Amino acid sequence: MRFGRRAFVVAGGALILAPGRVRATPAEVAAAIKEVTAGAEPKPGRVKLDIPVMVENGNAVGVTVGVEQAEPRCTDLYLFAEGNPLPRVLHARFGPAAGRTQLATRMRLATSQTVIALARLEDGTFWTDSVDLIVTLAACLE
Amino acid sequence: MARVLLNMKKTAQPGEIVEVKLLISHPMESGQRKDETGQTVPRDIIHEFRCTYNGAEVLHLDLHPAIAANPYLAFSLRAEKSGTVEMSWVDDEGVTGSASAPLEVG
Repeated sequence: MRFGRRAFVVAGGALILAPGRVRATPAEVAAAIKEVTAGAEPKPGRVKLDIPVMVENGNAVGVTVGVEQAEPRCTDLYLFAEGNPLPRVLHARFGPAAGRTQLATRMRLATSQTVIALARLEDGTFWTDSVDLIVTLAACLE
Repeated sequence: MARVLLNMKKTAQPGEIVEVKLLISHPMESGQRKDETGQTVPRDIIHEFRCTYNGAEVLHLDLHPAIAANPYLAFSLRAEKSGTVEMSWVDDEGVTGSASAPLEVG
């Protein structure tokens, strides 16, 4: 078979599409949050997500998430990244010996996106915070 | 085993909040990457981490591939009495790691 111009274009398109899902969708994250909250709608506030708005290198982005108030105590923290291939980032559970209910780490960001923090407090309420950020150099996926 | 850096003060007052900073050397292979031959590099990340202080749980973490290579973790615990702070984790290949430090209270 002659490998013509048309075939080349089609093959090229297939190559671009081949990786398939390169990012999650806000709907997926919403579903994941629903799963955690068992359907309850989290309210904005209480939890604080600290992450740069302008990210130069998506391979390692410092992020701090936490609930400052001691009462009611925060039991669980979740972090989601809407634009990553896999939206779940972490789930932290604080035990009785924990100090501040805060955690800092470094995460990957595949693209400019919204990062969402979700906190569960002892009284069973859920709270969120989110940050829209711009990534100049995406975390390497290839 | 992977190299580990643990930073934590050695003495504290009762009730004091003690910061724990930990850096683990680990590639945290995301399972999204392809090698030169186009094969997907299998996922190998530290997916579970826990920290206890005198046997009581401080923190339990479920980690996903979005955690950067060489994971850095910073959290805190409440000093009660002298004892040991112990941390352990496991990756997808079943390799476990641990770190611990004594804490003197009083």
